Amino acid sequence: MKRAALTPWLFLAPALIATCLLVLGPVLETLWLSLHDVVLFRPQVRPFVGLANYVTALHDHTFWDGLGRSFVWVGAAVGLQFALGLTAALLLNRQFWWRPVARALVVIPWALPSVIIGLVWTWMLDFNLGIINQVGVDLGLLSGPVPWLAQPSTAMAAVILAITWQGFPFFCVTLLAGLQAIPREHYEAAAIDGAGAVRSFRYVTLPGLMPVMSTALLLRMIWVANSLDLLLVMTGGGPGTSTETLPLYAFLTAWSGANYGYGSALAVLLTLLLLAVVIFYAVRSGK
Amino acid sequence: MKRLRLFLGTELPVLAILAFGLGPWLWMMLTSVRPTLELTHSPISIIPGSFTLVHYITLLRRTSFLYNLRDSLVVASGAVVLGLLLSLPAAYAFSRFRFPGRHVLRIQFLVVNMFPVVLLVLPLFILMRQLGLLDTYYALIMGHATFTLPFAIWLMTGYMDGLPTELDESAMVDGATRLQLLRLVILPLAAPGVVAVGLYLFIASWNEYLFALMLAGRHVRTVTVALQMFIGENTINWGLLTAGGTLVALPVVFLFLFAQKRLVSGLTGGAVKG
Repeated sequence: MKRAALTPWLFLAPALIATCLLVLGPVLETLWLSLHDVVLFRPQVRPFVGLANYVTALHDHTFWDGLGRSFVWVGAAVGLQFALGLTAALLLNRQFWWRPVARALVVIPWALPSVIIGLVWTWMLDFNLGIINQVGVDLGLLSGPVPWLAQPSTAMAAVILAITWQGFPFFCVTLLAGLQAIPREHYEAAAIDGAGAVRSFRYVTLPGLMPVMSTALLLRMIWVANSLDLLLVMTGGGPGTSTETLPLYAFLTAWSGANYGYGSALAVLLTLLLLAVVIFYAVRSGK
Repeated sequence: MKRLRLFLGTELPVLAILAFGLGPWLWMMLTSVRPTLELTHSPISIIPGSFTLVHYITLLRRTSFLYNLRDSLVVASGAVVLGLLLSLPAAYAFSRFRFPGRHVLRIQFLVVNMFPVVLLVLPLFILMRQLGLLDTYYALIMGHATFTLPFAIWLMTGYMDGLPTELDESAMVDGATRLQLLRLVILPLAAPGVVAVGLYLFIASWNEYLFALMLAGRHVRTVTVALQMFIGENTINWGLLTAGGTLVALPVVFLFLFAQKRLVSGLTGGAVKG
């Protein structure tokens, strides 16, 4: 009997040990570092400073600016990805003869590495040779070439465009799967009751999609809030600090600034914010 | 008339979305086969004036890119093996046993998925340095296998839940141990799921950048880090870069198209069932 109770734990042991060693351990280490004054060039001396790093963050303009930019980044990127993904899913749920091909091809941006996505968009947004400036000027949409990534007023929008491109297929495929799970009879019943396209979308499609939609939104929000790759590749946070989101600020502080203690505190603050979002979601979906 | 409505209302918007979705990828490939002269003079013609493989040849002959490809391949394969070794037994436990703490543990694996990479990468760097594993294949394989673990277990549990438990019971009656059962009965039946999880692990590791940059980068340099370093050079050679990007993208695009259906059904399975 005792042996039987132990069995599942033996199967779980490898995954648990790996997670403890390589995820939970580092998380605790970050917590510990965040309570100390740790800088790279004197690794032996790391005085305990309590919550001083957190207090510093609260008085740090760059922290608040980074947080603000993170809100813009997450809101705009997830919003646009969702809008485009939902549109694509609704279209790809209709009948046309080359639908299987379209469904397969639409996922391609999602499969590509962030570094390559950053590369491609940096190339397309290039001031001198970028195709976007060239076509924009030719069509009369732009009065002249725009240094998209080199000026603070457009850099954030340019990276958001790139991450929208990367992420919209995620919403498209997940929402499409959700659409296909809605039983046909529900639409037929709505039609018999005299519901038009708008009303059947409002009363059949939306409620049917709700579980998939909220899970997909949550997953993507966390992912976009944490993602650094595209920003690192395309702007590195610049020009100035115009694209420096909170995780990027934490990363640059710890890494380029060699200030592990403060960088760790910033990373912990980011985690707490995300945890709050997840708990809010769990409580709401639990109702 | 009906045909026209279908075209304007559905097919044309789908074409527009596909143009947006595939355009940048196609533009990268088109750039990689242009002669250098075309890439340094504005305006660039949409259709290349002439076709050349010179950037690919330079990339493979003159730079370390072949070694980078090898490093990426070793790391991604290692991450697949390690990831499967960790996730298969865990998924089996979640799927076949009811034990106290099961629910909490499953949620724990999802919460772990949420931790920002910035939170993990710094202490992992310190840990790997202490272990003397910095800049080795092991560091990256371990790093990649753990951050992909939650989703791998999630997917794998879904597949195993779909296998009838009567098979387990009859094998147990025949005197098989749990390990034999997993290896001889579950594994062959769950093969499609194993393939899907393996492909997911491969793609995630192949595409990963931040761990590859922080935990390695000098002796072991994956393609993502190598490409990013090309950008850092004084004059960006777009021909080389897009050739590299095209080569790196091809395997993932093919693998992804292959695994798409299974990955998506695994991803949405839990949510759709509600």
